[in-house]
Amino acid sequence: MIELEPTALKKIIKQILETEPGEIGCERCFEQLDQFVDLTLAGKNAAEALPLVQKHLEHCRDCREEFEVLLSALHTLV
Amino acid sequence: MATHKHLTQRTNQQWLDALRSPENTEALAELRHSLVRGLRYALASHMAVTEADLEDFAQEALLKILSALDTFQGRSHFITWSNKIAVHVALTELRRKRWQNIALQDLDPQKSSETVFAETLPAPDSHPEKKITQRDLIRLLEHLMTNVLTDRQRQALTATMIQGMPLEEVARRMKSNRNALYKLLYDARKKLKQGLLAEGFSPQEVLAAFEA
Repeated sequence: MIELEPTALKKIIKQILETEPGEIGCERCFEQLDQFVDLTLAGKNAAEALPLVQKHLEHCRDCREEFEVLLSALHTLV
Repeated sequence: MATHKHLTQRTNQQWLDALRSPENTEALAELRHSLVRGLRYALASHMAVTEADLEDFAQEALLKILSALDTFQGRSHFITWSNKIAVHVALTELRRKRWQNIALQDLDPQKSSETVFAETLPAPDSHPEKKITQRDLIRLLEHLMTNVLTDRQRQALTATMIQGMPLEEVARRMKSNRNALYKLLYDARKKLKQGLLAEGFSPQEVLAAFEA
């Protein structure tokens, strides 16, 4: 029988508890993702500059993956 | 880290001018090269990606980039903005291919919320003085998912958070889009959060249930 490990369950509970008003959706996050990435690559505090993007990336696996792949893709150009 | 430089020293405006020009062949080739190189590096560990795929992703991205040039507001480097579009194209297609033969109802029935929570019930609590136990929490969550969420919310939440399907793919199967699905999940999370905290515990006390 496949089980959901306690760590996975805890992660789900944490995501639920960290839900806050005013979260932005995937479209809004995508619009600002390039800014967020440029700030990150420049060693600046992207989370502070664009907190709603940061929050969305914590909640959305799809967008998080795109952020990480984009960061990686641009490293070839650094 | 220093500000990143690019394959060429084109400024954003130079990129825009070159790509809008009737003689944009060189700029297009340069941009394509940048996109392919970036995707090749970033997706190197992705077994399913071929060189042909990379070329296809870059080509599709180039079309989108060219049609969206007027929307580029210069808040980032042009290469960052372009690569963002290419990454989105690539991952959307890779997710579609990876999940294409899997319908929502095919997702592991043993990972439905009922079975999951039944299987994760821990042993009887050895510290009865704890305010909320994992057992209580699991039962409460199961109750909330069954009784407080709409069918669509429950289906979306189960598919994404418990069974790991990408939002994009769940949205496709639910005849929706990723943005709307994120909002559906957000509403579901809000209801669950409300329900969890309505029992009178703080978030810290709820999470403390997972401490040994």
